[in-house]
Amino acid sequence: MSSVTYRPSDAVDFLIIGAGASGGVVAKELSIAGFSVVVLEQGPYLHENDYRHDEIKYTYLPGLTNDPKVQPITYRKNENEPAKPLKAIEYGRQVGGGSVHFTANYWRFHESDFRERSTFGDVPGSTLADWPITYQDLEPYYTKAEYDLGISGLAGANPFEAPRSKPYPLPPMPVKSSGVLFERATRKLGLHPFPAPVAILSRQYGDRPACTHCGFCESFGCEMRSKSSTLVSVIPIAEKTGRCEIRPNSYVRKIELDSNGRVAGAVYFDAQRREILQRAKTVVLCANGVESAKLLLISKSSRFPNGLANSSGLVGRNLMWDTGTLAQGLFEHPLNEYKGIQVTRVIHDYYQADPKRGFYGGAGIDARFDFYPASFALFGLPPDAPKWGSEYKKMLAEYFTHSMSLLAHDSSLAMERNTVTLDPDLRDAWGLPGVRITFDYHPDDVANLKWVLARQIEILEAAGAKKLWAQPWDAFSPSRHLMGTCRMGNDPKTSVVNRYSRAHNVPNLFIVDGSNFVTAGRQQPTATIQALAYRAADHMTGAAKRGELS
Amino acid sequence: MDATRRHWLLGSLGFAAWTEIASAWQEAQSATTYKTLTPADAAEIDALAATILPSDDTPGAREAGVIFFIDRALTTFDSDKRDAYREGMLAVQRTRASIFPDSASIAALTPEQQMELMRAIEKTEFFELLRTHVMLGFLGPPSYGGNRDQVGWKLIGFEHRMAFTPPFGFYDAAAMKEDGK
Repeated sequence: MSSVTYRPSDAVDFLIIGAGASGGVVAKELSIAGFSVVVLEQGPYLHENDYRHDEIKYTYLPGLTNDPKVQPITYRKNENEPAKPLKAIEYGRQVGGGSVHFTANYWRFHESDFRERSTFGDVPGSTLADWPITYQDLEPYYTKAEYDLGISGLAGANPFEAPRSKPYPLPPMPVKSSGVLFERATRKLGLHPFPAPVAILSRQYGDRPACTHCGFCESFGCEMRSKSSTLVSVIPIAEKTGRCEIRPNSYVRKIELDSNGRVAGAVYFDAQRREILQRAKTVVLCANGVESAKLLLISKSSRFPNGLANSSGLVGRNLMWDTGTLAQGLFEHPLNEYKGIQVTRVIHDYYQADPKRGFYGGAGIDARFDFYPASFALFGLPPDAPKWGSEYKKMLAEYFTHSMSLLAHDSSLAMERNTVTLDPDLRDAWGLPGVRITFDYHPDDVANLKWVLARQIEILEAAGAKKLWAQPWDAFSPSRHLMGTCRMGNDPKTSVVNRYSRAHNVPNLFIVDGSNFVTAGRQQPTATIQALAYRAADHMTGAAKRGELS
Repeated sequence: MDATRRHWLLGSLGFAAWTEIASAWQEAQSATTYKTLTPADAAEIDALAATILPSDDTPGAREAGVIFFIDRALTTFDSDKRDAYREGMLAVQRTRASIFPDSASIAALTPEQQMELMRAIEKTEFFELLRTHVMLGFLGPPSYGGNRDQVGWKLIGFEHRMAFTPPFGFYDAAAMKEDGK
């Protein structure tokens, strides 16, 4: 728990909104640099003792994620159709945010990700652009994140990875049967499998123990503290400084602007739904690619009639999606994939966009199993399998232990028509506007999804699957990677924040999360979100010391 | 697992939490009466659940106590689904009466007739809801009142533990042997 309490009427050096993957990192960096920090978090403050292997609570019910019953979300493909209630996006809603319940895949972006507009060229209908920074700008911060948080992996095993200044701090996790089959099959095809880099401890790291392979990573909080969430890694360090107060159950309704065009703090609802203004010299918005955009759009003023920091009109636009296809295979012998972490082997052979394919796009592909018993019964069998009866039961008894999946992690092109906006007809339980998501694929995304799915099938065939099947490429699933809605760039007309995640139009406002992404990479955004957070925090420290933030 | 780790695991949850979980589990697992469903409704829903997961050479919905799970779900986290059940069951009864005009209830149909009824409703929204509940009750955590004696988990080969040691399956075990580990 936090050992310091600040008075809302006293302006703290930094007010951070959101205690997730990025907010936790920024809180740690700023508090050890000597600044006073308050972190406002919508959700509760839970710990490892609060978590259970409870499939109903965390998959059927929104145990660790946003609950559309209290924070409604609507979805439509385009602005010509009516938006309907749907949990189209999902995010972690507690101290630690999505880093608590994520699968823990921890990929760095490639060098090419930052320069795809230059190397691939224009993609009509999209806003594909280069990042204002390069991989080399972020490299030291990727390394810092890997060592601060505790990442397991094998440097050099992926021939396509960008240069790294240091190896991973921990060796890779033990390979599962899915990884062994995937490794053999991909090598047979001339591809280059490598051990999955994951934010899970393969050995004891500091005071946190090694993973016990219980199998409940994706969607669950880790009872062992072996998943390297910000909750168990950097947030305790921030609190130990005595300068950082984490305030859970604190839901921000507006960022306040003063008459000089600088932010002065934020008004939030506390657990009793009282409205409190916390004053601050600088505000750092780390609420995720949907909630950050929402809060800026709500925070209107005479200076910013279209939403705070939104002179470009791009806040909420260029939303990129968590895309990828799932293919599955049945094997002769038991794999028992429910044991151990979800993913142990990956390929990046198809990562880079190649004009020869005739479309923009690429993907990483991993071997995994991320079903739990009930979700497997509901969604894990082939589409042509019976849905009930004795034959169905027999199939469950065989397939649960004898099957595995390949999941692709595909590119998602930025387009201005894909947006986060405020729903004009819906209010949440606090009276704030509900989120309306408008999203549809670019034709190149569709071509890429289909092309990558064919590669997944090839791999399963080479692996010797005795039966294989795939979910349709357009099967809808909510996006958990929330990217692009406060794009980073050098030009204030075409971006929301600068190369240090600082708002172009508001000198003491930073926005640091997936919203900054210019491109979606090949999903798995957490490592890059956290590297950006370390880099932005460095810049904030410098700016504060130069007196720019007070 | 070494002794230190075992101690740590137990210590992390605390003795009070373990006993609390154990007693809630036991209570849920031994329910024999309903809180929301009438006994008559329960018998009809139970007949449908037992058609989705029949008791054949392995246990099915009945042995897992799925109907008690459904009653508990409609009493607690899915209480807003009661109307869907009421309307859904009315529609199923209408379908039954039209296919089998002489029948009095779903429970009184022969297994073959119950399967025919199921084929007539398997594309409906209510079937999806019922099937979801049946699977959660058969394979979800026993603390919710279903999956009694872990019959669902045993059927599919899922072992619930806080720790496993590699190798986990056939292929990683074989690879380990090849590597001479």
